Amino acid sequence: MSHVHESNTGKIWKVFGILSAVTIFEVVLGIYKPAFLHHNSLFGVLWGLSLLNIIFYALTVYKAYYIVYSFMHMDGETAWLRRSVVIPFIFLLIYLLFILLTEGHYIYGVFKDSTIKWNF
Amino acid sequence: MGATVTTADNQGKIWGGGENEPMGASYGKLMMWFFIVSDALTFSAFLGAYGFSRFKFIETWPLADEVFTHFPFMHGVAAPMYYVALMTFILIFSSVTMVLAVDAGHQMNKNKVIVYMFLTIIGGLIFVGSQAWEWKNFIKGEYGAIETTGGSLLQFVDKDGKRVALADFAATLPAERERHAANKGAWFVSEGELPTYSVAEVQAGFKAHPDVLIRTEVLNQETKQKTILSRAESEAHLANAKYVVEGANLIRNEYGNRLFADFFFFITGFHGFHVFSGVIINIIIFFNVLVGTYEKRRSYEMVEKVGLYWHFVDLVWVFVFTVFYLV
Repeated sequence: MSHVHESNTGKIWKVFGILSAVTIFEVVLGIYKPAFLHHNSLFGVLWGLSLLNIIFYALTVYKAYYIVYSFMHMDGETAWLRRSVVIPFIFLLIYLLFILLTEGHYIYGVFKDSTIKWNF
Repeated sequence: MGATVTTADNQGKIWGGGENEPMGASYGKLMMWFFIVSDALTFSAFLGAYGFSRFKFIETWPLADEVFTHFPFMHGVAAPMYYVALMTFILIFSSVTMVLAVDAGHQMNKNKVIVYMFLTIIGGLIFVGSQAWEWKNFIKGEYGAIETTGGSLLQFVDKDGKRVALADFAATLPAERERHAANKGAWFVSEGELPTYSVAEVQAGFKAHPDVLIRTEVLNQETKQKTILSRAESEAHLANAKYVVEGANLIRNEYGNRLFADFFFFITGFHGFHVFSGVIINIIIFFNVLVGTYEKRRSYEMVEKVGLYWHFVDLVWVFVFTVFYLV
């Protein structure tokens, strides 16, 4: 396990370049909002997620990967440290989002289709 | 073991059990990772709750482009996203200087660690300051709106669909109500600041300006724009006016759904608090570096651990940026 600590600065600046490029791309997309991305959705009305939003989320996860694996040196940790951090988190996150968003969508339907407006 | 050993005097009894380090990480580093996982789940819960509320009111949720339009020294120019993009860059850049400090620490280069940690602290302070400015604009508001008895929000636009501020058309009526203070009247209750215009003034001004229309919160799913009412519908809606809303507080805001401002304050506030505490921790570690604590330990692992926290704050911001400003 003995590491020889050579400098990683080249790699750090490369990751900075990637993160900056992705952010600039996101901002440009967010300002211009191309109609074919903004007005089309992949999952229909149910999730209301436009292609644009799906791209934003994908790019966010892409950036998050670089921050965690490069800046936080996750790639230098042992396999089981990586797994014990990433797997529980991803599992709980997906579980939580699925439950909350499904429930939110259901309540949207209740507000829309019935006379109940504010009481829950 | 060289990568993770913290101090010279605990050689041989790391984690209290000889050479054995679970998952090849020192105690402090592993605990930092556990903390980050739990904190990440907390933020996930907040952002998930935001998604929940947004899905609940998916047709009436405010459009971020219309809310965050300010840029320093560009008053009155609608500049959506630029400012928050700048903030994102500042935070990413301070993450880069942090990782450079960690890198310099690996090479036991004290002077480089000092320079990079200093830059990281400056970046963090600029970010917190920027967030304060963003909050100031959010709280102050720009156009003002009307809340109806049913709890929905009415905003004002001209014929071209451009937003009109209350100040541009509201009439001035003589019957001004005074702000109620605790030292006047019965029961010693006070009230918050009164809006600049009363409901009656807005209604009278609306009558006097036939070119002003009302825009409701309802989002047209085809055009992704808010619905603008006809003049007759506008008048009918304005008859239900209950409050004049200027800016934002925790009860109501001029941008749309009440929960929007609540989540904005809560999530960006909680993140800002993390940045602030990150800056404080960075400053403490910075002084430790200055006085040579880690030079004596022959290990800069402390810089690495505080770096983990700092990158985590950056990581959360990446998600807050997407959820609040892009989507």
